[in-house]
Amino acid sequence: MLSIKDLTVDVDGQPILKGLNLEVKAGEVHAIMGPNGSGKSTLAHVLSGREGYEVTGGEIKYEGQDLLDLEVEERARKGLFLAMQYPVELPGVNNMVFLREALNAIRAERGEPALDAVHFMKLMQEKLKIVAMKPDLLKRSVNAGFSGGEKKRNEILQMAVLEPKLAILDETDSGLDIDALRVVADGVNALRSPERGMILVTHYQRLLDYIEPDFVHVLANGRIIRSGDKSLALELEEKGYNWVLEEAAA
Amino acid sequence: MSTGTEQVDELIRQEYEHGFVTEIESETIPPGLSEDVIRLISARKNEPEWLLEWRLEAYRHWLTMTKPEWASVHHPDIDFQAISYFSSPKKKEGPKSLDEVDPTLLETYEKLGIPLEEQKALAGVAVDAVFDSVSVATTFKEKLAEAGVIFCSISEAVQEHPELVKQYLGSVVPARDNYFAALNTAVFTDGTFVYIPRDTRCPMELSTYFRINAANTGQFERTLIIADDRSTVSYLEGCTAPMRDENQLHAAVVELVALEDAFIKYSTVQNWYPGDDQGKGGIYNFVTKRGDCRGDRSHISWTQVETGSAITWKYPSCILRGDDSVGEFYSVAVTKGYQQADTGTKMIHMGRNTRSTIVSKGISARHSSNAYRGLVRMTPKAENARNHTQCDSLLIGDKCAAHTYPYMEVRNPTAKVEHEATTSKIGEDQLFYCRQRGISEEDAVSMIVNGFCKEVFQELPMEFAAEAQKLLSVSLEGAVG
Repeated sequence: MLSIKDLTVDVDGQPILKGLNLEVKAGEVHAIMGPNGSGKSTLAHVLSGREGYEVTGGEIKYEGQDLLDLEVEERARKGLFLAMQYPVELPGVNNMVFLREALNAIRAERGEPALDAVHFMKLMQEKLKIVAMKPDLLKRSVNAGFSGGEKKRNEILQMAVLEPKLAILDETDSGLDIDALRVVADGVNALRSPERGMILVTHYQRLLDYIEPDFVHVLANGRIIRSGDKSLALELEEKGYNWVLEEAAA
Repeated sequence: MSTGTEQVDELIRQEYEHGFVTEIESETIPPGLSEDVIRLISARKNEPEWLLEWRLEAYRHWLTMTKPEWASVHHPDIDFQAISYFSSPKKKEGPKSLDEVDPTLLETYEKLGIPLEEQKALAGVAVDAVFDSVSVATTFKEKLAEAGVIFCSISEAVQEHPELVKQYLGSVVPARDNYFAALNTAVFTDGTFVYIPRDTRCPMELSTYFRINAANTGQFERTLIIADDRSTVSYLEGCTAPMRDENQLHAAVVELVALEDAFIKYSTVQNWYPGDDQGKGGIYNFVTKRGDCRGDRSHISWTQVETGSAITWKYPSCILRGDDSVGEFYSVAVTKGYQQADTGTKMIHMGRNTRSTIVSKGISARHSSNAYRGLVRMTPKAENARNHTQCDSLLIGDKCAAHTYPYMEVRNPTAKVEHEATTSKIGEDQLFYCRQRGISEEDAVSMIVNGFCKEVFQELPMEFAAEAQKLLSVSLEGAVG
């Protein structure tokens, strides 16, 4: 589904990713861990197509096409979803209107007809349960005045509604208390599916107590320096990042 | 990677769709302004002596006045001698019915999306069409007459209903009120007259479409709306003009009179030609609009969506004279390119328990400048008067400007004045967020802008709310820089 080869990326002229390789197949959940400043969020943003990240080398294939040729919205319509670390507020834009607009843009790409208000409401009632969200948040403006936990839940709700093929969750656990973390993790687990690939970008192991990854990768200094299964995450939790860094340097 | 500035520039160079010129023979008097010109206009219109005298007095006073400089707009001096003050599509006599209107004119309005033929006309909307200096057609006159409503051009009203015109004309905006109002009084050529009799709810929406066609011509129309005791009327004006390189002057005066328990809702969708992307050409829109809540419990509500004009200078105001009267002002002003807008309102509270609401939404994009200027005055007699003002600015890109100038004068200790203001910007991160969810940049901008303007659009008559929304998304297409 996703194949990244020798990816190098500059931000403001500084190399951040320095030859990154990653393969994600449908149904797999990959955790990308690493110390601060290692390039984890850069990876998430490059995949989504955000401006300000200059790809200087390598390639990214998504579903057989060159991902870098696609605009941000084209990637989204082809099923790439980024749950953001800092979800943006859109004052005045009704949450439900926003979601319906997004869903219908994606449905159009899939060749499906637009959902009318009645069917959309039905769908929403079903999806709200996944993230245990209060329906009145739908009537408010997108993320405006939402608490940190509500914003993250809203991201997972969007993911549930838009049903992406590849979901990237950028530091979704950051700023969440343990109850909110559990709700968000339950939502993510409910969306695991054999057709869907997921990349969890996280600094801490604790998210992985709730979402069990198939693979764990350590990203440091712009490269993946070690990959393993979930036991690697536990090892990192116990010993910190330094030993991997030292081993990689040796 | 994504939309660069170049693409954006391309998008914003979008054409003004009403910019065509109608090839029609017109009779235009030579440019220049003098007492003779005013006498000529008055004679052409077969006006009574008192009206000519009023015009001349205004002109003489205008000569002693200086152009206001306080507005936050900049433009070269206007050469009033270079403007022609009267232009009329050539015809022998005024049309008695639509059948007699020149088909070219009907086509022009058709092209603007305003069919004047009654069977095709917007359901339930009566239209008065003003082309350059004269009113060319008024629809649904008979049907309105059955209800006792008078809806005609002001020239016709001068002939047919002189007592009403004489009683109310200039009673809200006096001849000497301000520079542009004095000029308008001296040279106004046509406009719309509405009278709603007592206890009457006007059976349909009334609307006037103003069109400036001839070159080097100013449009100086005068609108007078009188709502007698316990009557109700909703009125809408729309405006367009051809694209021309030179600036054209539009200096209108609108007077509203609401008597006891009367309600006037006045909506404007202004889409005059704004000039090209270099800031060349476009309409100077210097307009005086004022409503007088003369009777107790009367109510005047202004709603405006201002998207056009090179320069907009207008402050639709309410004089809350009657006790318990209500004034409202809802405004969306969009500026892009090199457009300048200085707009707002005045709420003058004179009666007891008077209430006013001001909601102003300014949107600036590209190099434009958008100012809200508003005055709330609570006079000593305005016991328990209330005002609430909300004034929001939205910036798109980083080369535009928004200014807010609220003036408050409170001379009554029981009066309450509230003012809220916000400024926000459509950020790169907001657009990225929308696009990451599959929504195109244009749709994202229009969604954010429409959300921003929602409170004002809700106030528009239903038939025009959709039009306003469409106009807004068109005028902001690609405005993110």
